[in-house]
Amino acid sequence: MKYVNEFRDAALARAVAAEIAALARAGRRYKIMEICGGHTHTIYRHGIKDLLPAPVELVHGPGCPVCVLPMGRVDEGIAIAERPEVIFTCFGDMMRVPGSKGTLLEVKARGADIRMVYSPLDALRLARENPEREVVFYAIGFETTAPSTALTLMRARKEGLTNFSVFSNHVTIVPPVRALLDSPELRLDAFIGPGHVSTVIGCRPYSFITQDYGKPVVVAGFEPLDLLQSILMLMRQLAEGRCEVENQYTRSVPWEGNLQALKCMAEVFELRPYFEWRGLGFIAQSALKLSAAYADFDAEVRFGSPGLRVADPKACQCGEVLKGVLKPWECKVFGTACTPEHPLGALMVSSEGACAAYFNFGRRAMERENVIPLQVETVSGAGS
Amino acid sequence: MCLAIPGRIVEIVDADLQLAKAEISGVRRNVNIGLLDEGEGAVQIGDWVLIHVGFAMSKIDEAEAQRTLQALEEIGAAYQQELEELHGSRIE
Repeated sequence: MKYVNEFRDAALARAVAAEIAALARAGRRYKIMEICGGHTHTIYRHGIKDLLPAPVELVHGPGCPVCVLPMGRVDEGIAIAERPEVIFTCFGDMMRVPGSKGTLLEVKARGADIRMVYSPLDALRLARENPEREVVFYAIGFETTAPSTALTLMRARKEGLTNFSVFSNHVTIVPPVRALLDSPELRLDAFIGPGHVSTVIGCRPYSFITQDYGKPVVVAGFEPLDLLQSILMLMRQLAEGRCEVENQYTRSVPWEGNLQALKCMAEVFELRPYFEWRGLGFIAQSALKLSAAYADFDAEVRFGSPGLRVADPKACQCGEVLKGVLKPWECKVFGTACTPEHPLGALMVSSEGACAAYFNFGRRAMERENVIPLQVETVSGAGS
Repeated sequence: MCLAIPGRIVEIVDADLQLAKAEISGVRRNVNIGLLDEGEGAVQIGDWVLIHVGFAMSKIDEAEAQRTLQALEEIGAAYQQELEELHGSRIE
């Protein structure tokens, strides 16, 4: 079965871009931040930047959970992984994130029992199958992923598993956005809200951006035209002097979010007083730890993690890129000492990191290669 | 792990354990439906859902599923890695 892909229609994309251009006031610049790493990927992949008029600038946000993890948390995971009784489990994305003494992949090569899993429920199965071993799941992710960890822990408790624990690095999206808004280095005009995170938390949590800071927000989908339409909605708000949270991604995001998921998170997690973010420093109430009811499953308690703080390598400017102060290519080591094959910083590791996305697609975009052009699909007479 | 892949629910494996079988890019794997099994919008056999780290996280329609699959295929390496990890998944 074939579908008319109206989200790739080049003529429509140009029409939307022209409307955006018509709304841009002469002499004014518009800085719009896309919070989510998935959006950053789409922007580079499809050359969205080239379609926008010069006054509209996209600034990449902190919405990539691998990229914002500070080195100390990687080192603490490695310290647990090196224990002989432990089977250490994590998502594939984590394996190449550099800590101060190497990556999980390197520790695995030295003999540690580290296993990539697709789901926290796969880690739970390993705990069931290996009752004599300690199975630790290294949890990362925003509100998109935290409910999955929560349901996994609820199941572990129901089964009475005593050899399973979670090292939680779950973070929440609202506090870093507030930190960026408070930062004098960065003056933003509007925000493209994240898609998948919003399927869980809904649209209401972004209202502080409109109410306290007077900046419009549009929650967006992941297709090129989703992003263009969202930028148009933001430009209309700015032109009309409106300031609202709007939802462009109604196909997947209910206004209220997923109440079942929020309930599970509230049962299993509580907010940490503060948490360190790579490049952004310590941010109050920005991360989730296991609640008192689930303390028995908390790897930090079980293995006595000391709360390491490790500075980034001196040459690494991930922090500035994460804050949107530097563009990826303005970093001193971009593409030279730091590449996707040998990343110095986390932004080059994840495919959703701004540096990796720019390295893979952005530079080539200038050569007009490898970027997927927007085109009309010819379907049942709907072609052009 | 940041990806969400469309899949179609083909069987409710164990309602108490919130497990369903989903067909995802040609393979069938167990997924957890515990985030979408309450109320009027509860998932049913035949529904398309976005699956993230083994959990159905939102219901979508078929057109949206096809669009998302097309976009994922274009991502390339990251999607292939996600599929490989999914192939190795045995949620019980």
